Amino acid sequence: MLTYIIRRVLYAIPIILGVNILTALLFFYVNTPDDMARQIIGEKNITPEAIENWKRDHGYNLPLLLNTEEEGLSVVTQTIFFQRSAPLLWLDFGRSDRKNADINNEIRKRMWPSLAIALPIFLIGIFVNLTFAMLVAFFRGTYLDLWGVILCVVMMSVSTLFYIIGGQYVFGRVLKLFPISGYDVGVHAAKFVVLPVVIGIITAVGSGVRFYRTVFLEEIGKDYIRTARAKGLSETKVLFKHGLKNAMIPILTSVVVSIPFLFYGSLLMENFFAVPGLGSFTIEAIQAQDFAIVRSMVYLGSILYIVGLILTDISYTLVDPRIRLE
Amino acid sequence: MPVILATDLIIFFVVGIVVYFIFAGRKEGYTRNAWLQIRKNRLAMVCMSILVLYGSVAVLDSIRFRDPLRTDTGTVVRAADGKKIYSPQALSLLDRLLWNMRANTEKTFSAPLASRLYVKESMELPDGTMVRDYQPLEYPGKHLLGTDKVGSDVLFSAIKGVRTGVVIGTGTTVIIIPFAIFFGVMAGFFGGRIDDIIQYIYTTLASIPAVLLIVAFMLIFGAEGYQGGLVRDRDLYQGFFVPNDRLFWLCIIMGITSWTDLCRIIRGETLKLRELEYVQAAKAFGVAKMKIIYRHIVPNVMHLVLITMVLQFSGLVLAEAILSYIGIGVGPEMGSWGNMINTARLELSREPVVWWSLIGAFVFMFGLVLPANIFGDAVRDALEPRLRVR
Repeated sequence: MLTYIIRRVLYAIPIILGVNILTALLFFYVNTPDDMARQIIGEKNITPEAIENWKRDHGYNLPLLLNTEEEGLSVVTQTIFFQRSAPLLWLDFGRSDRKNADINNEIRKRMWPSLAIALPIFLIGIFVNLTFAMLVAFFRGTYLDLWGVILCVVMMSVSTLFYIIGGQYVFGRVLKLFPISGYDVGVHAAKFVVLPVVIGIITAVGSGVRFYRTVFLEEIGKDYIRTARAKGLSETKVLFKHGLKNAMIPILTSVVVSIPFLFYGSLLMENFFAVPGLGSFTIEAIQAQDFAIVRSMVYLGSILYIVGLILTDISYTLVDPRIRLE
Repeated sequence: MPVILATDLIIFFVVGIVVYFIFAGRKEGYTRNAWLQIRKNRLAMVCMSILVLYGSVAVLDSIRFRDPLRTDTGTVVRAADGKKIYSPQALSLLDRLLWNMRANTEKTFSAPLASRLYVKESMELPDGTMVRDYQPLEYPGKHLLGTDKVGSDVLFSAIKGVRTGVVIGTGTTVIIIPFAIFFGVMAGFFGGRIDDIIQYIYTTLASIPAVLLIVAFMLIFGAEGYQGGLVRDRDLYQGFFVPNDRLFWLCIIMGITSWTDLCRIIRGETLKLRELEYVQAAKAFGVAKMKIIYRHIVPNVMHLVLITMVLQFSGLVLAEAILSYIGIGVGPEMGSWGNMINTARLELSREPVVWWSLIGAFVFMFGLVLPANIFGDAVRDALEPRLRVR
């Protein structure tokens, strides 16, 4: 088991390197530090000196990949790539371009509001989806099933923006049940979290239920289920004890596949509900064109995804002993 | 004077593909059977008609030309060298068909089918006194979905959003099809080192959360270029072609992020096809590898391409609205449902509430995405029932 985990982690290293190089290419090669300086200083006061000053202050005045003026190891280390991109490998994100703020510090501070929204959406969401999916699968072939699926497709076809704007309007403005937006520290955050979480779950319920329903129906059609019925087990027991257990593998896959979408979703949620998390951090950086922050967030998002993939692979082996740890 | 945007080419190309599939598919038994099965499904046929309707609006909105500038008396303005001077605004066939809708603007907000403005304004009565009241509209009862802040017709803006939605939904997949087929088939057919490299590339790309990659790309590439609205001289190539279209960049980058799924599916299918008897037989006869790929592999993965295209459509349309909302979608001048929602959502906080432009955008989007979802399912069930687990 341990060797498997180690090998799996080693396998991720080239991918992390690839992401690093790709972001460096995008942010330093295609969009050169000169372009960056010009965008940040503004069209009005551009002079060659101003650009040089800005580059020196932010550590962009080095050559991109190889510094031919230096000797020995410094040929590689005294470059933009080594100074600005390589530290990402050990999760040192450096300073932002605009306010010169410590990005690591910001991430640590903004992580918690993000988690407070994303985690409940994720966990309660899976629970709700599974419950409804099993309900629909239990009544398969009836009108409940038919209308359930139709409702799912309709819910999938409605824009996320509609759920958010509509939810804010109905619950926040008309019924005044929750504050429309904002955030608070500690326990007081609870009242701000409820509405985004509920809306986040509703957003994903359509596609989730439909997917899990197909998974269950696939499982129900198999031979061992027929055997279980033949030996006289009750339908509930067949479905919940045998069906659910065996449906775990496709469910696990889909759960990990949805991890990057957590980020996507929270980007919107945090922006609409003014939650000071990583998502709104990113959107603010986009609007201010702060490339250092955007690059850090691209990188952080990829790392989370890769970690998620590794965790799935490990959890596979836990739910299904047949999967060999090759 | 015609003006062709890079995204117009996508629309024409998609129309070409659809026509090709209809003609080529009629002969072949497999696609014919699939078609007959879809035709029996009445709901799918209704959805298809709606999609065709949306598609025709998009096509009408993609054929555009600029009019020569005219004086008030109607004579064409000419430059010193005798050449006609064209207006910077390229109007599409759709603009010309719906001329009244486009031109009949009011001063500001008005409710659907209202006869007066939605906000009170000062006006002078015939006897010279000033009162604050709801002013009568210039075109009472003509605005089916009311008017927005600057008084333009909401129904018209919603219709203009159709083209953007259709371009994103189809163009994104169309652009990546050649790459996905090439890399997917290569990886699956040759295996070994080539497979490793290609798998490495798409795993790396897939590891970056799509929205962030799109953000990074649009920040760097999408800032300049045609945003919709007026055509500037520097946008034009050879006087009529606009290569640097922001919507086109959006298609490309969304294609790069969604490319990996299709590539993986094609790779898996090729792995299976490679072991089939007829491919083995062709190999044994000494048919060249490229010829095997061209003759036996590629035609047999095409249905997967079609399925992916139809299934991805609705997700892409929904994503466009979100990206436009974040501010990295199409330019603000280009009609899009995301832009409409973005401006309209601030109007919800007005008292009394202005709801029609928001609802207009959502209803039009829903009207495209729901049929696309249902029709997509029908196509998948007919072509490849095994893929049902999704």
